[in-house]
Order: sequence, then structure tokens, then C-alpha cells
Amino acid sequence: MHTAAQPEPPRTDRVVEQQATAIRAQIPTLNRAPRRGRLRRSRWLVHGTQLALLVAVIAFWQIGSTTGLLDEFLWSTPADAWDRVVQWLGDGTIADNLFTTLYEAVVAFVLGVVGGVLAGFALAMSDFWSRVLNPYVVLLNAIPRLVFAPLFFLLFGLGPNSKIALGFTLVFFIVFFNAFRGVREVDRVILDNARMLGAVSRWQRIRYVLLPSALTWILSSLHAAVGFAMIGAIVGEYLGSSEGLGHVIAQAQGNLDATGVMAGLIVLSVVAAVVELGVTQLERRLIKWKPAQH
Amino acid sequence: MDNGVAPVAAVDAARHGPDAVALDDVRLAYGAFPALERITMRVRKGEFVALVGPTGCGKSSVLNLVAGLLEPTSGRVATGGQEVSGVNRDCAYMFQADALLPWRSALDNVRLGPQLRGVGRAEATRQARDWLARVGLKGWEDRYGHQLSGGQRKRVAMAQALINRLPILLMDEPFGALDAQTRVLMEQELLELWQELGATVLFVTHDLEEAIALADRVILFTAGPGATLKGDYVVDLERPRQVAEARFMDGFTELYERVWSDLREEVMTTYAHSRAA
Repeated sequence: MHTAAQPEPPRTDRVVEQQATAIRAQIPTLNRAPRRGRLRRSRWLVHGTQLALLVAVIAFWQIGSTTGLLDEFLWSTPADAWDRVVQWLGDGTIADNLFTTLYEAVVAFVLGVVGGVLAGFALAMSDFWSRVLNPYVVLLNAIPRLVFAPLFFLLFGLGPNSKIALGFTLVFFIVFFNAFRGVREVDRVILDNARMLGAVSRWQRIRYVLLPSALTWILSSLHAAVGFAMIGAIVGEYLGSSEGLGHVIAQAQGNLDATGVMAGLIVLSVVAAVVELGVTQLERRLIKWKPAQH
Repeated sequence: MDNGVAPVAAVDAARHGPDAVALDDVRLAYGAFPALERITMRVRKGEFVALVGPTGCGKSSVLNLVAGLLEPTSGRVATGGQEVSGVNRDCAYMFQADALLPWRSALDNVRLGPQLRGVGRAEATRQARDWLARVGLKGWEDRYGHQLSGGQRKRVAMAQALINRLPILLMDEPFGALDAQTRVLMEQELLELWQELGATVLFVTHDLEEAIALADRVILFTAGPGATLKGDYVVDLERPRQVAEARFMDGFTELYERVWSDLREEVMTTYAHSRAA
């Protein structure tokens, strides 16, 4: 490239113009998704197989427990479990207990997320305090948080508040760590660019760079956080309470009622799936600038 | 060029007003590692200066010093006669790496500068649309970074840097990652926009051909560590230039050979260092 004596080339203005036209012509096609037909076909195949797998598991459960391969006393049957779900739907068991569980989970989630984001930001912005508190944060995070349950029962009683406290500790830490990292690992070049463009005050840097950058990290923790909020509520109820889905399952277990346990699990799975779908939708709306991930 | 700095500067200032960019005996060290030594250079208002040197010679550091993102260990950096301290509000900076805010659309990226500098929302939007159109991205306003090609992202970055109409434009190998054809197009657009805006440009590149085709002056750095200035060459090619044809203009080859023979020694030094390491 750096040879001084160049051979005589063709007229460059024309060559460059041709190349420019060729480049411009290509531009609109750059974003077209490749091979759409094949993608669609494979998507149907995937969904079909997923459905078939579910049907196969239920069929195995039903046939196994009626033929004696599975002990019906321990496993119940899908038909019985389904009947129980329908019965619960009718007599309000699900409505009442689900409301309690969701109430606990939602409050724990909201408090945990708000607390985690604020604490993560505050600590990430202060070198001094992040160094002071670092060992404690690491320690608290290393402790399996469910062991706090007895403490929370003592402090907050057997009502919803102890479950909220349990869910909060679970949600808080995961959001906190992600918010912290989101602020700390912000792209230096992007931050410098914003500064050169005029983001001179601390608040401008937070608003235009740190917050949106951390948002990606925080949002990616929300999936796990929602799950943890549910875990806090249900495990808390299971350990000691008078209402909630965890309580329903615990009671069924106490009565050696396999059908009740299975029905409780089915209700929980459906709730979890719906919540998961909701979070995914929210994520999609909030970070629409990201390339689609599959 | 490393003596009699102050008197010369005083005479110059009296004659033409203050230099757009002035570095006086600047030294920059990262801890114990010396990056730059005895850098003294002045750039006139509206001048297009290319900074050339082997990799790792600290060319980019010079831009960061002028931008106020770095502070000199000793010496003085000034723009428009004012000593630089903190982020330099007179500089637009086009970074080597992709520096667009990925969560903002093309329009929002370009609009950010005026927005941060207190221009009203409607006016900022109008200016941003206008600049996107100027760099050939009309109709692409709502795209995010990942939806644009490398060349298009550089266009957005160029609009983003130029929209504030700042007197100094710093460019760090802005087109290095582009394919040869797109690059020539962008260089040509840059020259046209520069002529219209009259900004002073510091353009870092390792490509000598690009440097000569674009600049009024080429400043050559020695190999690092402790890089300093090796040479200063006036590019005496007429303007307006066609970038694609610059290398066939009278005087191009002679200048190229002159700078290259100096640059070559430094490149060999860097090469020897990296082999020894």
C-alpha cells in the first residue's frame, strides 16, 4: 500500500463513483433477515416438538400411575390433580391463596428492586464506601438467604411481612449487584464521548449514560429477581403461615395428599409461566435498542 | 522546534491572534511510563493537521490532552489562547472506537450534543435531522446502532461531532475500520464539511496517504515510549481536493517519499522494540 511509485490506474473518479453507487445500493438490504422461510419452518417444528414433549410426560404420568408403574398414592394422577385444580378454582381456594402469594411476591419484588438499584448506584458512585462495605456485601451474598427465615418469623410474625422480608433479601442482592456492575462497567469511550458532547455535570452523566447503561444490567437481573420474589413468598409460606399457595402445598403434604401437592405444583407452574412471559414482554419494550436474542 | 517557544508564541499571538491549539513543552507519563516528551506544536485557526506516527507513539494521547480528558504531567496545553483544564468545551471529538450511545437511535445520538448544551428540544431535533441528511442518512433517523453498517455508524458519529459547530475537531483514526471505498467517500465528505465549517482539525492516522490527501500539514511522531516530534511537513496541494485523486496531484509522491523515509526509521524502531519485548 505504501509504495511510492503507483502504476497508472484507470480514471479514479469514475471508479470511485461506481463503487459508491454499488455501496449505496447495498445499504437497504443489510438489515433484511436471512432465509425467512427456513426460519419459520424450523420454528413450527420446535413448537410442535415442545408440545409433544409435554403431552408425552403427562401421558407417561397418567399411564404409569394407572398401570401401577408409579405408586398412585405418592404420585396421584394428572386427571385427579386436574380435578382438584378445577375444584379449587370453584371454591375460591386458588383465588384467595394466590392473591396472598402474589401480594407478598410483588411487594418484595418492588422493594427489592428499588432498594437494590438505589444502593447499587450509590455504592458504585462512591469509591470510598464501595471499598468500606465490600467485605460485608460479599459475606451477606455468600450466606444462603433462606436461613434468615427464622429471624424474619421472629421479627415480623407469621403473616405476609416475614415472607416479604425473605423475598426482599433475595431480590435486593441480585439487583444490587447488577446495578453496581452496570454503573462500574460502563463503556469508557461512551462516557468520554458524552462528556465531549457536553455532559459536564455529574447528574448529566448519570441521566444520559450511567442510568441507561446500567438499565441493561438491571433488566437482565429482573428475570431472576421475579423468580426469587416468588421463592421468598412460597418458601416462607411453606415454612410457616396460614394462607398462600405455599401453605396449601404444605397442608396437602401434611395430610399425605399427593393430589393436593401435585395440584399446587400445577397452579404454581402456570403462575410462574405467566409471570415469566410478562417480564419478557417488559424487557422487550424497555430495551428495544438491543439486537434480538434467541 | 524545542527552543525559543515563548517569544515566538508571543510574536505569533500579536500578529494573528492566539493559536487554535498550542502545546508547550508537554510531557505526559502514565505512572513511571513516559508516553510523550517535549511536545511543542501550534496549530493555526482553521488548519487541518494530520498526526502520524508508528503505533503506540502517543498520537491519541495528544488528542486527549487537547480534549482535556488527560492532564499533562508537565507543560502547557491551550486552545484559543486559554489553558485547557477539565473537559474542553471547544472541542468535538470523533473517537477511534464506536462511541455511539447504543440505547439511543441515530437521531437521538446526533441530538444529544445540542440537548446537553441547552438547545431546546424542537430546535435540537431540527438540527439533528438536518445533520443526518447532510451525512447521507435521511430516512435512517430511527435506527439503533446495531441496525446500521459500520460506515453508517461512522456517519452518525461524524454528524454527532459536527453538530455543535465547535471550533476544534479532534479525530482519532475515525475511518480506520472502514473498507477502502467507504473510506474514500467519508474522507471526501469530511473535507467538504470542514471547508464549510472552518474548524481546526487534528486528525490522527497511521495511514500516510490519508494524512497527505486530507491535511494542510503532517506532523510526524517518533516511536514511543517517550515519543516526541520528528518532523513537520507542509502539504502544498491545492484545495478543494478530490481525495480519490490526491495521490496523482503534483507534489504528492515527493512529499510521500520524504515523510515515509522519516517515518520508516520510527516504524523499524517500534518493530524492534516489540520483537525484543
